[in-house]
Amino acid sequence: MNPSAAVLAMSSTEVDLAPVAVGQQVVVKWRGHPLFVRHRTPKEIAEAKAVAVSDLPDPVARNANLPDNAPATDANREIKPEWLILVGVCTHLGCTPTAFEGDYGGWLCHCHGSQYDTAGRIRKGPAPQNLAVPPHSFLSNTRIKVG
Amino acid sequence: MSGQSTYTPKSGLEKWIDQRLPLPRLMHDTMTTFPTPRNLNIWYTFGGILTFCLGVQIITGIVLAMHYVANADLAFDSVESIMRDVNYGWLIRYIHSTGASMFFLAVYIHMFRGLYYGSYKAPRELIWIIGVLIYVLMMATAFFGYVLPWGQMSFWGATVITSLFSSIDQIVPHLGTAITTWLWGGFAVDDATLNRFFSLHYLLPFIIAGVVGLHIWALHVPGNNNPLGIDVKSPQDTVPFHPYYTVKDAFYLCCFVFVFAVFVFFAPDFFGNPDNAIKANPLVTPPDIVPEWYLLPFYAMLRSIPQKLLGVLVLVGSLVTLIFIPWLDTSRVRSCRFRPLMKQFFWAFGVDCLLLGYCGSQSVDAVAFGIPLVWAARLGTLYYFAYFWVIMPIVGLIETPKKLPASIAQSVLGEPAAAPAE
Repeated sequence: MNPSAAVLAMSSTEVDLAPVAVGQQVVVKWRGHPLFVRHRTPKEIAEAKAVAVSDLPDPVARNANLPDNAPATDANREIKPEWLILVGVCTHLGCTPTAFEGDYGGWLCHCHGSQYDTAGRIRKGPAPQNLAVPPHSFLSNTRIKVG
Repeated sequence: MSGQSTYTPKSGLEKWIDQRLPLPRLMHDTMTTFPTPRNLNIWYTFGGILTFCLGVQIITGIVLAMHYVANADLAFDSVESIMRDVNYGWLIRYIHSTGASMFFLAVYIHMFRGLYYGSYKAPRELIWIIGVLIYVLMMATAFFGYVLPWGQMSFWGATVITSLFSSIDQIVPHLGTAITTWLWGGFAVDDATLNRFFSLHYLLPFIIAGVVGLHIWALHVPGNNNPLGIDVKSPQDTVPFHPYYTVKDAFYLCCFVFVFAVFVFFAPDFFGNPDNAIKANPLVTPPDIVPEWYLLPFYAMLRSIPQKLLGVLVLVGSLVTLIFIPWLDTSRVRSCRFRPLMKQFFWAFGVDCLLLGYCGSQSVDAVAFGIPLVWAARLGTLYYFAYFWVIMPIVGLIETPKKLPASIAQSVLGEPAAAPAE
């Protein structure tokens, strides 16, 4: 019952970043899941950088571009500070969290109340892990390839 | 009670069949002459009602499957066409969807009946355990069925429930994710998931029917328990199943069908969720994901635990607990009628299940009477487990039961008249 060849074939997506304004998030589909592309404001970046890794419930970066044990600093969560690329699947039970909500200004998952900060790191609620950062790379300044 | 057969073939044909396949004998012994305690009340009619529900679901389901298309692009529209174009499709679908709720309503009454009258106690442990198995199969079937219309609740309910398995990641890294990928047949709930759920939704009711056969077979060895919880001691304590209980079951079945029909014809969407009238969208989760009413207490338990793996373990544990009830209850008296203390804990347990159901129906951060509902759900979860693992064993030991009647016949007919004085 594992994924068929047809399912495995749709594994990478390209996203144009040019239309995404500062402070905005767009959601695109990648491997059947929502993919968050968030253009962070300087304030959101500063808030994310101000958090000590020791204060995080999940201290691991969960970034597919980095080694498994990389610490969850803000710098380890993205390639360019203003562009945060995340798999929009709550690590609790798979709902799509809502952006710009919750105590930490990142995401709030309405299903079971998990809250993520502006780097997509879990801060409160039942979810065990930070939102995953998918394997991605910059093709140009305004275009990324995910997967 | 089983063993002795009173069947006598009347014609040559019946004799011929009886010697080759004694099916008429089986039907005669189980449905006609089967000695049944004479004091069974209304709550004992739900076994028959449940068999009826299963039959209704299978028949309406087979017709629906003739018109339904299990494809992520077409499923939602095919259900719409059943509602609008198929002859009496609206009726068949509403009977099927309302039927699921009525099925669970009946099974909950049936289970609470068993809990109250101690029907799980020796020698009926296996009847109870097989019953728990049927209940779990019913939940699985209902879950698969709920996914098929491919609305928003279908899709996100499927996502949340299958993601429960990803909690295994916290025991064996990557195993849980591998299992969910295997269950989905992809990286997310999608077409492959819908197809396999349809396949299983069609299969499971027939497995349930088979297990129901075992349930009834096991029941017919010791015979029915009864509201007094005492054993049948003489033929005076029983009446033949037919006509006494065929008529009683048929009467209450009619009452049940009346309620059923009121929902089907006057409030067919009463149990439904409006979000499921929106086609599934993998990019947007509805603001509040709520399961069907019959799963709400378990959902509340899952949500009340702020740790993923622990939440899932509590959910699984709440069902596994049911299997151990026959051994957790230490009382020598079956029926709560004679257990003044246990009776109070029993009703508190009933209220607890309603409370959990209410908590499950509200959003995560809801507050009622100044109390965050998540705390109410935590207390409710605590009582749920305490009821079975602490209260049942202890109360059974410390409680003084009331005096049991000498026999069923005596309790029904009164004290035997004193012998006339000479």
